[in-house]
Order: sequence, then C-alpha cells, then structure tokens
Amino acid sequence: MLHQSTKAPGEAVAAPPPTGTVRLTINGQQRELQIAPWTTLLDALREYLDLTGTKKGCDHGQCGACTVLVNGKRINSCLTLAVMQEDAEITTIEGLGTQENLHPLQQAFIDHDAFQCGYCTPGQICSAQGLINEGKAHTEAEIRELMSGNICRCGAYTNILAAVKEVVDAKTA
Amino acid sequence: MNSFTYSRATAVEDAVREKSTHPDSAYIGGGTNLLDLMKENVERPVHLVGLNKLPLTTIEPTPDGGLRLGALATNADTAWNEEVKSRYPLLSQAILAGASPQLRNMATDGGNLMQRTRCYYFYDTATPCNKREPGSGCSAIGGYNRIHAILGASEQCIATHPSDMCIALAALEATVRVSGPNGDRTIAFEDFHRLPGNTPERDNNLEPGELITGLDLPAKGFEKNFTYLKLRDRTSYAFAVISVAAALELEGDTITDARLALGGVAHKPWRDKEAENLLKGQPATADTFRRAAAKVVEGAHGYEHNTFKIELAKRAIVRALKQAAEGTQQASDVFLNSNP
Repeated sequence: MLHQSTKAPGEAVAAPPPTGTVRLTINGQQRELQIAPWTTLLDALREYLDLTGTKKGCDHGQCGACTVLVNGKRINSCLTLAVMQEDAEITTIEGLGTQENLHPLQQAFIDHDAFQCGYCTPGQICSAQGLINEGKAHTEAEIRELMSGNICRCGAYTNILAAVKEVVDAKTA
Repeated sequence: MNSFTYSRATAVEDAVREKSTHPDSAYIGGGTNLLDLMKENVERPVHLVGLNKLPLTTIEPTPDGGLRLGALATNADTAWNEEVKSRYPLLSQAILAGASPQLRNMATDGGNLMQRTRCYYFYDTATPCNKREPGSGCSAIGGYNRIHAILGASEQCIATHPSDMCIALAALEATVRVSGPNGDRTIAFEDFHRLPGNTPERDNNLEPGELITGLDLPAKGFEKNFTYLKLRDRTSYAFAVISVAAALELEGDTITDARLALGGVAHKPWRDKEAENLLKGQPATADTFRRAAAKVVEGAHGYEHNTFKIELAKRAIVRALKQAAEGTQQASDVFLNSNP
C-alpha cells in the first residue's frame, strides 16, 4: 500500500506524497518515473513500468522471487528503493531473453522441468545469471549453497540445480 | 512503510550535516535491514540520508600492516576480496556463513554492525518490547525464546545480535572508524555494541549523528588456525543458533595466542578474554578446550526454550577450537579454495 493514509477520519488530510523524478536504466532503456521516495525498486518495476516478470513473494528479502541484476550483480529488488538505483544498469527477467530467443538459462529450465508453478522462476533465473557472473560456483554443492537465497515452494530444487549446472558447465567448458 | 523524504550525500561531512539537521532521520547504506524494519513499522524515519555515493567502498592496507574496510564495501566484495581471503579467512568464512548472495551483494560492512536483532517480538508491533518501545515490557521473557540470549541479558531484554561478520570482527579485534558532528573518532570493536541493561533500545555506543566510515583490521589475521563454526536450523541462509569464531596461534602444540567469540548467545558479539587466557600457554588438547568452554558459559542463564544453548555452546566451542588447532577444512572452504 504505497499511499496508505495513517490519519484518522476527520483529521486534517496530509500533504500529497512528495513524488520526484527518478531516472532508471532498465534492460538498456532509460526510464523516467514520477514516484514517491518510498517506492521500492520492485514496486517501481511492477506497478509503474509494467515489468511484472519480477515477482513479489515475501517482500522482505527472504524468498528471492524479486531478484534482479544491478550492474550485473544479483540483489533483492524488494529491499532497495528505486531512488537508490539511479545511475545503475538494472536487468530484469524481461531483459535476459525473449520468447523467440530464449536465454540459455530459460531453455535449461524448460529442458530440465525446473519449475512447477513458476512463480519463483524469474528470480531463480536472474539469481543463476548472477551466480554465473560471480564465477564462484562450479560443483553441485557450490551451486546449492550459492542459490540458497531463492526459495521454491514447489520444491523443484533438484531440477533447478540440474538446469543451472548445465549452463554453468557450458560456460566453463 | 511511513512516508519520508530522501537525500543523497556525496561527502561524509554532507551526510553528517544532513543527518544532524533532520530530526528523526536515518542513514541508509544497503538498506537490507532498515527497509525491512520500515515495512514492519518498527523503524519510522521521516528522512533518509542516502550513503551509496560516498567514496567509502575501498579495501586497502593501513600503514601499520593491517587492512581498512570501507564502510560501504559490500559484504560480498569483502568476503571475496583477495587480501581478506588470504590474510583474514575467518572474516571471509563468517561473512559467507550469513544471509544469501543477493543480500551480501547489497549489505555493507558498516551496515552489518548496525543491523538490529531478529527477536520476533521486536519485529511484532502488536507485542510489548523494551527495545522497540522502552518501558513496555519484554515479551520474550516468558514467551517463546528459543533464539534468545543466554549470556549478558537483563530483565529488560534477552535479544541477541544477529550478525556473523561481527563475531569474526570481535575475535580479530577490529576498530570502528566513525565521523560525527563533533569530528572523527575510533571505537574498539568490543566497545561498539552494548549489553541491554536498562537501555535495551540502544544497540551500540554511537553518538547521535555519528556515521561509520570504516573498519580497521590489525595486522594479525590468524590465517593458519581459525574456525567460524555456525550451527543453525538449516544448512544455509539461516541465522545462527550458536556460532563460534575461534582463532589460535600455535608453537608446536602450545597455544601462544587465542581469540574466542560467540554469536547467537548475547545482545552483542560475545568475546571472552578470560577464556582466551585459559587457552594461552596451554597444550592444544581437548581438556584445554573444555576448560575454556566451561569458562565461557560459567554465568550463562537459560530461559524456557533456549536452555539447550548452554550445552550446545560448550560443545561448539570445543569443536571450533579443535578444528582451529588442526587447521581443518571448513564447509565454505570449497568456495575459498577451489576457485582462482
């Protein structure tokens, strides 16, 4: 609830929320938004830019569904303000691949049946791309540990691991 | 979340001035804990001073042979830094034992010290909590208190400090560098965080408006014989039930220097110098380790659901010291050693 009023009925109406111009670079495109400073990056993407591929799960940094890449590094977009990410290069799931030209991780998730409901999948894939960019995970144990910030309520972990491992292996082959 | 205004500081002095001129304002670095608390209405600042443009991200040697971590270096960049990995592997291990890769990419080193307890009652604004609302009472005493303190608690508060990184910093004797309205100063790590006493609302000894600018690690890194042992309810991405940072210096089998700090047991990183003194000059044997462990829990007090932590802490200390003495490979060594 972005603009929820905390005033009791009959109390003086608070001044309108102080919106300001926030310039974001998302998937290579410059976007300019008029938003309040308390707008998280996640809400900016979903509510103001119609980039609904990034999911809101817990909204507290615990589930990883909102994972996006900022300057190539994976973060939880629910725990940062949009205004804090001006000048950064933001990549969402929409920027990784298209329906006609799937990203290798998207293809691998399909090939390995690495989801059931699919709600965590955009976050899993952005997180896996961040993991690949970091270059620290090679073995299954390492991938498990460094994908632990992404929860899958359907429990598709075995196949998520296989999908990520395939792309990690292809990158290092 | 309440409404607030936001400004971005580009110099430390500007940030300090901005903070001092805005009542009820807060600094925001990575924001991973502050924004979470704001969503829960536990924190309600009316103005945020954005720090992420401040030039405090570097990790560089100090003149006395130590290493300075910029307050805005991320936890991830610190844990994977080559100097930190090779000279202070205890710190790398502790950082990598905490949170998730996403959070470590956002969270800053200064912010790690500033994170607040994960006591469920502190987070739940429907319940009394002396830390959140002084004088309202403690819901954890007499409530569900499995994750709570066994050492140094008070009748006002039995919350624990949640950090892993800070346990290693306590063991390594880091120094906290701060800037404030009255100038710059340094704070020894053991003096940074507080015990709850009668003022559990105060987590640390920062004065109003003071900003952490960096952390200095002394030259000695205990890179040969160390362990960060973290016991938790799942293998990854969970807070410590008990954690132990153990660091030893050995000559043959004799312990010449020792550091011992615990997480998950107190309102602050719990370093025990008396236990360290029981280790020094002694042979690195199980008996020695057991004596030190017994010393640490000497004044421990359990509440209804966390009494198990007293025995668990003793066993964890003995195991951590044994691993440190033997130079045992640790869980996250796979990341530290198998990669270029």
